Amino acid sequence: MERNPMRRQLQVMRKSLFDQGYLDEQFVQLEELQDDANPNFVEEVVTLYFRDSARLILNIEQALERKPFDFNKLDGYMHQFKGSSSSIGAKRVKAESTLFREYCKSGNGEGCMRTFQQLKKEYATLRKKLEAYFQVARQAGPMETACRPK
Amino acid sequence: MTALVVDDNMVNRTIHHQLLDNLGIENVAVGNGKEAVDIHCSGKAFDLILMDMDMPIMNGIEATRKLREMGIRSMIAGVSTRSMEQEIREFIEAGLDDYQEKPLTVSKLISIIRKIN
Repeated sequence: MERNPMRRQLQVMRKSLFDQGYLDEQFVQLEELQDDANPNFVEEVVTLYFRDSARLILNIEQALERKPFDFNKLDGYMHQFKGSSSSIGAKRVKAESTLFREYCKSGNGEGCMRTFQQLKKEYATLRKKLEAYFQVARQAGPMETACRPK
Repeated sequence: MTALVVDDNMVNRTIHHQLLDNLGIENVAVGNGKEAVDIHCSGKAFDLILMDMDMPIMNGIEATRKLREMGIRSMIAGVSTRSMEQEIREFIEAGLDDYQEKPLTVSKLISIIRKIN
C-alpha cells in the first residue's frame, strides 16, 4: 500500500486510465522502457505523440473540407495516426481510428465525419487526463518499477 | 550487435530506439527506405534492420528488395501495422527474415534477436 499521498493519487489516476479504457497494455510497455537513464521517457513519448498527431488531425480536417472526399488520402492519414496512437496505448483513440478507416474503405463520408468528431473528443480527453497524470507524476517523484494494471 | 530503425513515424522511431537501447543494442534511426539504402551505400553495416512498411519516398518493400539486391545480408525484420495476408506476403517476399505486427514490444524484439543468434 503506497504511503506517499501523491504517489497514491498517481496510482489511482493510473488505474482509472486503464479501467476506463483510455489506455491499454502498450502503455505499460512504454513504462517498462523507462529507467534511471531515461526517467521521463513515457512523458517524452506521449508529448511527442500529441505534437506529431496534431499535424495529422489538421491534415484530416482539411481533407474533410474538400469535396468529394479522397478516401484513399483520408485512410492514409488515419493509418499513420492509428499507428502512433497504438504505439502509446491510446485505446479509445485507436478504436475510433479503426472505425474511421472502415468508413473510408466503404466510402461512407458521413460515417467518416461523425467518427472524426468522436475521435477528436477522445483525443482531447486523453490529452487532458495524461497532462494531469504527468503533472502529478512530476510532483510525486520517480517511480521504481512499472505496475501492471490489476 | 548493431541495428538500424527504418520508420517515418517519430513516435515509433523513439520507442524502437529505446527498446534496442535497453537491450544494449547500438542503433541508428532513419525516416524512410531511401535513407536506409543511402546509409548502407555510405559503408555502414548493421546486424539487424527493423523495417517499417509504409513510408514516403521509398517504402519498406522497395527498400528491402533494394538492400537484398545490394547484397546486404543483415537480418531484416518487417515491423508494420498491416494485417492483410497479401500485403505481408509481398513484404516477406521482398526479402524479410521475420515479420512482426506493431506495436513492437520487448518480447517481439527478443524473438527477432534470437533468430540472429
